[in-house]
Amino acid sequence: MSALAGFYQGHWILTALVALPLVGAAACLLVREFQAKHVALAVSTAALLLSLPLFWTFDVAEAGFQNAVSMEWIPGWGVSYAVGIDGISILMVLLTTFIMPLAVAGSFSYIQKRQRAFYAMLLLLETGMVGVFVALDLFLFFVFWEIMLVPMYFLIGIWGGGRRVYSAVKFFLYTSAGSLLMLVAILALAGVNQGQTGEWSFAYADLLQTELGRTAQMWLFAGFAVAFLVKVPVFPFHTWLPDAHVDAPTAGSVVLAGVLLKMGVYGLLRYGMPLFPEAATDPTVLTVLLVLGLVGVIYAAWVAAVQPDAKKLIAYTSVAHLGFVMIGVFGLTRQGIEGGILQMVNHGVSTGALFLLVGMLYERRHTREIADFGGLAKVMPLFATALVVVALSSIGLPGTNGFVGEFLILLGTFQTRPWIAAIATTGVIFAACYMLPMVQRILFNRLDRDENRVLPDMNLREKLVMAPLLVMIVLVGVLPGPFLVRTQASTEALLVRISRDAPAAVDSQAEPGGELPPLAGEPGGSRP
Amino acid sequence: MNLYEPVFPSLILALPLVGAVVNGMGAFLWKDNKIIPSVVGPGVLVAAFALTALNTVLFWRMGAHDPSVTGLWTWIESGDLRVAIDLQLDQLSLLMCMVITGVGSLIHVYSVGYMKSDPGFSRYFAYLNLFVFFMLILVLGASFPVMFVGWEGVGLCSYLLIGFWYENREYASAGKKAFIVNRIGDAGFLVAMFLLFGAFGTLDFIPIMEAAPGSLAYGGLLVTGITLLLFAGCTGKSAQIPLFTWLPDAMAGPTPVSALIHAATMVTAGVYLVARSSVLFALSPVAQTTVAVVGAATALFAGTIAIKQYDIKKILAYSTISQLGYMFVAVGVGAFTAGVFHLMTHAFFKALLFLGAGAVIHGVAHAWNHGDEGNQGAADTPWAGDPNDVRNHGGLRKFMPLTWVFMWVATLAIAGVFPFAGFFSKDEIVWYAGVMGNPAVWAVSLSAAILTAVYMTRMMMLCFHGNNRTFGGGSGGGLHEAPPVMWVPLAVLAVLSLVGGWVNIPSSLPLPDIHILGDWLHPVFAQAEAVAEAHGAHHEYVSPVGGGEALWAGISTLLAIAAVIAGFLWLRGSRSRAAELAQPAGGVSGFLHGKWYIDELYDRVVVGPLQAIWRVCWTIVDDGIIDRAVNGAGQAVRVLGWVGGQLQTGRVTAYLLVFMLGAALVLGILT
Repeated sequence: MSALAGFYQGHWILTALVALPLVGAAACLLVREFQAKHVALAVSTAALLLSLPLFWTFDVAEAGFQNAVSMEWIPGWGVSYAVGIDGISILMVLLTTFIMPLAVAGSFSYIQKRQRAFYAMLLLLETGMVGVFVALDLFLFFVFWEIMLVPMYFLIGIWGGGRRVYSAVKFFLYTSAGSLLMLVAILALAGVNQGQTGEWSFAYADLLQTELGRTAQMWLFAGFAVAFLVKVPVFPFHTWLPDAHVDAPTAGSVVLAGVLLKMGVYGLLRYGMPLFPEAATDPTVLTVLLVLGLVGVIYAAWVAAVQPDAKKLIAYTSVAHLGFVMIGVFGLTRQGIEGGILQMVNHGVSTGALFLLVGMLYERRHTREIADFGGLAKVMPLFATALVVVALSSIGLPGTNGFVGEFLILLGTFQTRPWIAAIATTGVIFAACYMLPMVQRILFNRLDRDENRVLPDMNLREKLVMAPLLVMIVLVGVLPGPFLVRTQASTEALLVRISRDAPAAVDSQAEPGGELPPLAGEPGGSRP
Repeated sequence: MNLYEPVFPSLILALPLVGAVVNGMGAFLWKDNKIIPSVVGPGVLVAAFALTALNTVLFWRMGAHDPSVTGLWTWIESGDLRVAIDLQLDQLSLLMCMVITGVGSLIHVYSVGYMKSDPGFSRYFAYLNLFVFFMLILVLGASFPVMFVGWEGVGLCSYLLIGFWYENREYASAGKKAFIVNRIGDAGFLVAMFLLFGAFGTLDFIPIMEAAPGSLAYGGLLVTGITLLLFAGCTGKSAQIPLFTWLPDAMAGPTPVSALIHAATMVTAGVYLVARSSVLFALSPVAQTTVAVVGAATALFAGTIAIKQYDIKKILAYSTISQLGYMFVAVGVGAFTAGVFHLMTHAFFKALLFLGAGAVIHGVAHAWNHGDEGNQGAADTPWAGDPNDVRNHGGLRKFMPLTWVFMWVATLAIAGVFPFAGFFSKDEIVWYAGVMGNPAVWAVSLSAAILTAVYMTRMMMLCFHGNNRTFGGGSGGGLHEAPPVMWVPLAVLAVLSLVGGWVNIPSSLPLPDIHILGDWLHPVFAQAEAVAEAHGAHHEYVSPVGGGEALWAGISTLLAIAAVIAGFLWLRGSRSRAAELAQPAGGVSGFLHGKWYIDELYDRVVVGPLQAIWRVCWTIVDDGIIDRAVNGAGQAVRVLGWVGGQLQTGRVTAYLLVFMLGAALVLGILT
C-alpha cells in the first residue's frame, strides 16, 4: 500500500489524467463509427480508475498542493506547466472523472449521428476540465479554460436539439466575453508582478506574492469575477444556461451541470479570493456577491417552479443551487466554504442524475414537456424510485448528500451574515415547490396517455449508469466525513490568507495571526 | 452512578430499517408475495418493541436517572461544528419509543388485514417500516440535527403514504401539500439551529440544556427567537394554526397510515420537540405564552370544524388537530408532563378511533363491492359511493358490534369521561392551563373539551346508530365485522384507552395515589421547572374562578358526560338526525362545514399571488428583460464587429501596436 501511495504522490498522475482523455479523443476519431462509444467508455473509465486512488493518497493534513510539479513551458513569457491538487480541487477532479463515464454511457443510444466526433468532443472536454482544476499556472489555466469551451460549443451546436445553434453561440459568446476580461486581468497581474520582480511569470505561486494596492485589487478581481460569475452562473448572468441545457444533448447537460458550472466558484476560490484578498473581503463586494447568490436561490427557484419543460426546470434549479454555494463561500466561514465545496460535488451528482433521467424520458418519448407525462410510476417503477431519490437529494432531504451541503452553507454563513442566510433558508421551501410538482406530474397522477402505457422501465445500461449516482447520494448524505475532511486544511489556509487583510469579515474560527500554515500556492515539495 | 447500559439501542432503529429494505426489495422482486411483507413488516416492529420494553424495564429497575448516550459515528464535522449520530436514551425518549413501537406494532398487524388486497402491499410495508425508522431517529437523536433527520424523514414517509394511491391526482396532491407546508415550518427549525450553534457552539441536547439557564438571558431576544422558530417547525409538523391545512388532506392515505402517522406518532413530534427543549421554552415567557395561546386557539378552532364534517376521517383529523392543540397548551404553560401524558393517551384512543373508522370504511367498501344490492349509498347525492362519508353509514352497530363497542370506549376516552384514559390527561391539562397559564387559555380549553364530546358523539350517532344508509336504506346486507387480524389490535387499544390514564392520578382526587408517569418523567423536566421557579413562577393551586382540582375534575367530567348524553338524545330522534344529515346550506353550519374557508383564503392570498409572481419572474423579468438585454448586447456587438471589421488591415504589426498600447494603458492604471 505504501508503495502505491508513494507511486501516487508523483505529479505524473495528474498529467496522465489530462493526457489520457486527449489520447482517447484521438483514438475515437480513428476507430470505426460504432466502436467510438466503447473507446470513450473505456478511456473515461480508465481515467476514473486512475484518479480514484488519489482520494486515499491525498494527505488531509496538508494545506498546500500535492502531486505538484512545475516545469518550464514557454520560458520567454514565464509560462510554466505547473499542476497540483489541494483540498479545493481534489474533489472537483474526482467529480469530473466520476461523471464522465456516466455521461458517455448515458449517450450510448441517444447519439446516433457522427458518433466518432461526438465522443472525441466529450473526451476533449474532459481534458479541458481536468486541466482547469489541476492547473497552477494562470496561462495554462486560461488555455484549459478556453479548450473547454470549444467541445461544449460543438456538443450543443451539432448534437443538440431545438434552437441548438442559437444556444451554442450564446453559450460561447457569453462565456468567452467573460474570459476575455479575465485574460486582460491575468496579463495585467503578470505585468505588475514583472514590474516588482523583474521577471515574467504566470505561475500561481509567484503571482500570489504580488503586492497589489486596493484599487488594483478591485479592478483585477472584477476582471476575474465577471468570467467566473457568468460561468457559475450568478443572477443576472444566467440566461445562457437554460437555453444551453434545453438544447444540449443529455451528455452535454450532464457535463455542463455536473462539472462546468463548478468552474466559476472554483475559480473564485482558487484565484479570485487568494490573489485579491482585499477586494474579495471588501464588505461591499461581499454584500453584492451574497445578494446575487441570494437572488439566485430565491428567484431561480420561483422561475423553475413554473417551467413546463423538465430540462429547463432543472436548469433553473442549478442557478438556485449554485446560489447556495455562492452564499456559503462568501460567508467566509469554515462551514460555509467546506459546505460550498461539498455542495458543488452534490450538485454535480444530483443534477447530473436528473439530466440523465430526463434524458431517458426524452429517448423514449421525444418530449420533455412535463405535461406529456403522468402516472409513469405504474409502468416504470425503477425509474420512478430513482427519480424520487434524486429529487429528494436535490431539495436537500436529510440523509441525502444535498442536506449536508446546504446545512453547512447556511449554518456557516448565518454566523457572519445572519439575514442573508435566514432568507436563503426559505429556499428550501421553494425547492420543494419546484421539485415535487414536477415529480407528481411525471410519476404520479393517472397514466392517461396511450404512448406512456407502453414505456419500458430502465434497461441494464441505464441501471448501471444510475447506480453509482444513487450510491453517492446516500453515501455523502450519511457519511460526509471523508469528503469534508479533504477540504479542511486548504479551506483553513484560504481563510487565514484572506483574513490577514480583512480579519473583521472572516469568521473568527480561522484564528488570524499566529503560525501561518503553508499557503495554498507553496507547492508541497516538488519546487526547488 | 448510572448502572444502566443500553441494550443494543441501535438495533431498535436497525430493525425497522431492515424491514423497509426487505419490503422495498420485495416491491420489485416478489411483488405478489403477501406472506413475506406480512411477516417482516409487523415482525420487525414487534421485535423493536420488545427491545424497547427491555431497555425501559432495565432503565427503571437500575434506577437510572441521567440520559444514556450511545455514539454511532461522526456525521458532519467542519470547523467548530461537530454533529455525531448519537442516540439518547432517557425517560422521555424511551416513553416515546414505547408508544411508537407499541402502537406501531398494533397498526402494522392491523394493516395486514386492511391492505390485504392492495397490489402495493409490499411497497406499503416498506414505507411504513421506513416511517417507524425515521420516527425513532426523531425521538432517539441526541442533537437537533439528528432529530431533524427524523423530522424530515417522517415527513417524506408521510408524503409517500398520503400519496400511496398516487394514480389519484387529489391524493398525490395532498402528499405534495403536506410536504411543502411542513417545509415552511422546517425552515424555522433550521434557522433555530443556526442560532443555537451561534450561541452554544454545539447542537447536542445535553450540553445546550445544561448551559442554557446560565448563558441565555431569561426572556431575552435570543432565546425567544430560538424557541419561536422551533415552534414554527412544530406548527407545521403538528398541524397547528397557521400551518394545519395539510393534515385534513392527509386523510387521503390508507387509514392505518392516518392512525399511525397522522394521529398517534408523527404529528406529536412538535410536542416532543417542545418537551425536549423544555429548558429553552422555560426561559422565554413570550414563547411559552405563544405556544399556549396557539394551542388553545387551535383546539377550539379545529373542534368547531369537526362538528360539521361528514367524512369520518376528516372529523377525526380535525379532532387530532384539536387534541394536539391541548398538548401545546400543556407544554406552553410549563406542564410538560401533562403534555406528554396526553400525547400518550391520545396515541391509544386516537389510533383506536382511526383503526375503527378504517374497519367501518373497509366494511362499507367491501359490502359495496360484494353486496347484492346495487346502490352505493343514497343515489344522486354528492356523497354516493364514498365509504368515508357518515351519511353512507348509520346503524352499523348491528353489523359491527365489536367495532361499535371499541369506538365508544375511544369516544368516551377522548371526551374526557371518567374513568377512561383521556379523563386523566385532559383534566390535568385544563387544570394546569388555569393554574399556570391564564384564564383565557383555561376557559378556551374547557370549552373545547365540551366541543370534543359533542363532535365525537355526533360522529358515533351518525355512524353506528339509527337506520343504515349504506345501500340507500334497506337491510344493509353484506356488512359485517372486520376480521380478527383487524379487531384484535382494536381490542388491545381499547384496553389501553380504558386503563392508560391510571398512570398519573392527581393527588387531590379520592383515588389511589399513583404517579408513575410523573415520577418517571420528573428528571427530564426538573431543570425546566427549576428555571420557572427561579424566575418567580409561583402558583396558587386554585382555578381562575376558584375551586380546587378535584372540584374541577368533577365538573369537567360531568360536562363531558352531559354533552355526550345531550348529543345522544338529540341525534337519536329521526327528525333531528335527518336535519343533521342534510348538507348545510349556509350560515354558521355552512361556514363550519366549509372549514372556515381557510384553504380558499390561503389559495387566494398566498398560493395564487405567489404563482402569479413566479410567472412574472419567468416571462417578464427573465425572458422579457434580462434575456432581451443579453441578446441586445449581442446585436450591439455585431454592429461593433462591423466597425471593427473596417479596422482590420491585415497587418500584424498594426495589431501588435494596438495590443501593446492597450496593455500599457491597463498597466498604467494598475501601477
